[in-house]
Formats: sequence, C-alpha cells, structure tokens
Amino acid sequence: MEVAAAKRAFPVEEIRAEFPILTREAHGHPIAYLDNGATAQKPLAVIETLDRFNREQNANVHRGVYELSERATELYEGGRHTVAAHIGAPTEELVFVRNATEAINLVARSWGAANLGPGDRVLLTELEHHSNIVPWYLIARERGAELNWVPVTEEGRLDMDELRAALQRGPKLVAVAHVSNVLGTINPVEEIARLAHDAGALVLLDGAQAAPKLRLDMATLGADFYALTAHKLYGPTGIGALWARRELLEGMDPYQGGGSMIRQVRKDEITWARVPTKFEAGTPAIAQAIGFAAAVEWVDRVGLEAIHERDAELAAYALERMVDVPGLRVFGPPAGEDRGGIISFDLEGIHPHDVAQILDRHAVYVRAGHHCAQILMGRLGVAATTRASFAPYNTTEEIERLIEALKDARRVFKLD
Amino acid sequence: MEELYRDQILEHYKRPHNFGRPDDFDLEFEDSNPFCGDEQHVYIKLDGDDRVAEVTFEGKGCAISTAATSLLTDELEGRTREELLRLPKEFVLELLGIDISATRMKCALLGLKVVKGASLGSPADWEDEGEQGDPAEAASV
Repeated sequence: MEVAAAKRAFPVEEIRAEFPILTREAHGHPIAYLDNGATAQKPLAVIETLDRFNREQNANVHRGVYELSERATELYEGGRHTVAAHIGAPTEELVFVRNATEAINLVARSWGAANLGPGDRVLLTELEHHSNIVPWYLIARERGAELNWVPVTEEGRLDMDELRAALQRGPKLVAVAHVSNVLGTINPVEEIARLAHDAGALVLLDGAQAAPKLRLDMATLGADFYALTAHKLYGPTGIGALWARRELLEGMDPYQGGGSMIRQVRKDEITWARVPTKFEAGTPAIAQAIGFAAAVEWVDRVGLEAIHERDAELAAYALERMVDVPGLRVFGPPAGEDRGGIISFDLEGIHPHDVAQILDRHAVYVRAGHHCAQILMGRLGVAATTRASFAPYNTTEEIERLIEALKDARRVFKLD
Repeated sequence: MEELYRDQILEHYKRPHNFGRPDDFDLEFEDSNPFCGDEQHVYIKLDGDDRVAEVTFEGKGCAISTAATSLLTDELEGRTREELLRLPKEFVLELLGIDISATRMKCALLGLKVVKGASLGSPADWEDEGEQGDPAEAASV
C-alpha cells in the first residue's frame, strides 16, 4: 500500500503548471496532448532559457574574445557537459547534432563509409523507425553491404532467438531502437549489446523514445553509439546528440566540413579539430543546445525514476481502459516491465486518420499513420495505426477522455 | 464532424462502388498516399473507341479516400484517357460535397491521382502541389 500511496503522490498538477501550452482549449475542451512520442511540450524552464539567451546572451560561440561570446561559449559547452553527465558519459564524447536522425546519419556516413564493404552486414530490426533504416540503406547501397532484419514476435517484442541466429552471420553493426516508437516495447538493449559484442559487432542504439523516460548510463549500457533528440525530451527542436566511445569518434572521418571543425587548413592538407568539435561544422544551434541542457536539468529535477514510474502507470491505466472500447485492438506487449507509454491500436471499421480526426473534435490529440515505421506496419499487417503516447503531465482524466472520444468515433461511424 | 462523416460518405466507405479486381482490364495503376501509406489500385477496361468501359479499384483507406474513389469511379464511363488526365481536383471535391482540410486533401485526391496514373502509365503528380507537372497538362497519351 505504501507503494501505491507513493505513486499517487506524483505531483501532476504542479508539473502541469510548468507547461503553459496545456492550458490551451479547443472545441470547448482543454487540450489532451497525447502525441508526446512525436514531440513533447516544453516546460517554462526551457522556454525561459531560450528566451533569456536570445534577449541577453546571444553571440556566436568559439573564438570570440569579447565577454558576450565567451559567455555564450561557456553556456554552450556547459550544455554539452550537462547533457553528457545526464547520460553518464564523458563530455568530450558528446557530439551535438540536429536530432537523432542526424546522429544516425553521422554514424552511417562517417563510420559506415570507412568500415562497411561489399558483403558486410548491418543488422536492423523490424521495429525500427525510418531514421534507423534509411541511413543504413543508403550506405549499404553505396558500399555493397547488406541489411539483415531481426523479426518482431506476435507480442511486439524482438525475436531474440532470431537475433542470436543473425549474429552468427557476423554483422559489423547492430542498430536497434531502445524503445519502439510504435509499440512502446522497451527492448533488452543491455543483453543485445552483450550478444552483439560477443559476436564482434558494434551496437548503435536509437534513444529518441527512451531518453525521455529511462535513466541512461553510457558507462554500463554497453552501446557503442547512442542517438538522442531534445524535442521529445521536453527540449527544443533542432538539437540532438550523438554519444560514442572516444576511440570510435577519433577513428572516424568528419561528417561535414566547414568552420569550427578544423585544426588547420592549408591548400594541400587539412587537419581536424579534436572530438567532439571535429563533427560540429559551422555555427551550431547554440540557443537550442543550451535549451537541451535546461530540459535535461528539468528532467533530473522531476526525477527520471518518477517519470518512468508515471509513464508505466499511465500505460497500464490506458491499456486496462481500452478493453472497454469494442473493436479496439492494441499492438505491442501487455502492461509490464518492458512496456512504455506509447500505445498503438486499431479500431475496427474506422481508419486511423478518421479516428484521429474525430478525436481532434474532442481536443484529444493523437497521431495516426505509419509513424515512419512502414516495415513494422507490414509486420503488423496494417497500413497505419492510431497512437497515443504519454508524458508525465498527462492524467488519467485525459485517458478517460480518450476512451470516451473513441466510443464517440464508433457512434459517428454507426458501429454501435 | 457529422458533416464530414455524413451518411453518404459513410455509405461509400462501408460499401464502396466499383470495388474489386476484374479478370481482365487494359490499364491499371497503384499509388499510395505518402502521408499515411494508404494504397489504392485502379483497373480500367476500355471499349472499342478507347473510352472507359469499366473502372474498379482496390485498396484500404480512410473514409475520405475510399468514399472519394467510390464516387469518382461512378463518373468515369465513356471518358477518354485524355479526358481522365484533364479532370480537375474540383471534380472530386464536388462529388464529395464536404469541406476537406489541407491535411486530408491527399486522402480526397488519391483516387484521382491513381486514375490519372493508370491513364498515363506512370505516377501522376498531386493536384494540390501547383501547376508544375500537372498531369492535366501532360502530353497526350
């Protein structure tokens, strides 16, 4: 009972008060924002950090000798330190990029071009987001390498036997989503990393959906590359990060060329700046990087453990309540340890776009479509799903509104 | 909401006209809505004068795209391939008779796009993406 009491103590109203957008109304209702898997809303701490930088602190970073530029550089590099510390990584192993997509493209391009050749294999899974498929397709096509796929079981989990079998064929890299953006499955990435390393493969994890809800520790996770994005983690768009072990970063060629990323430019020879600067060509997204750090600090203040627990609780509540909606079929694992607050479903007789459109009239905001996971849609045997995805500011009342709106969709479509 | 999903639209969604794959046909085309991945496949049988004798379609889609194509395929008999290419998007929107938001426009126009693709033998452009490459202006087939 003590545990239950502690769970109820999650300060959801205080949290909600930090997100100004949640007071918006539409069609006579406060908005129920259940599209956090696409992008999360921003707390005042992030909004004010961005505003303060642009009002009071803006200057370009690096090499400015005046006070304002030095201060901007400190904030930017301090942001790197904050984000790196948050994921248990040394500061110099954290490269700022635009988003998780760019982090993966960077690895595919810089590591892949040097390490993949004809007949080499990259092992992906059927539940990957297109951002962890297309960059590998591009480099594999260029280098004559091959993509292999770990299937997904009926319950929406990775088939670990098939993964073991695929590792026997000696892939050079295993690239896996830490958490599925469609099924909410929390993949056993520590085990995958161990198995992959035993088979001599490196491991890239796409952490876009995991970082907002799981405590990450690069020192113990076992990954070699980890891709992050800020905007799903209550931070700004346009900024993300790639973490990689230092020796890997040092062994890789730059991703893009330009200012900042060089040590010296001569007509006949160019040498690179040290990592991570080697991978940050041009003026970076300065305000956004500082906003990313503010988001990470906000998450740490609320507590990732509390956020994770809240997420599991909302997922369990929603999964239980959805049973009440006739014709509703949920994809992915049942509520439990390996199930996060991302719920894709099919409502029999109504296309996901029509479901989402009717939910919109109830100011219940969800996403409908293939969720950039067409391989997985094929596996599930659907072209699209409707997806509700939660953040700690969501409430059980909002889930009740979702359920009511789904029942209304059935009425509109005359299914009752 | 009731106006978007009014009875006529729901009726065409649940029981689309001209649905299915015929045994024989002269033109066919499949295309998808990149917004949602929905696919439609159209089959056209021509008569002796190269005019549309029969049109059917297959595919899984939302109420808007299914109803739009169901309504559209009711109206194509007797038209030439050039005439199909010249059909404007308003033709479909008037058949639907409801307000279509910008995000649902591709749903409403998927059938028209596939019909034009069948007529052209290659992917037609979206009608809502401006003049350039407008299949209505394509060279005669």
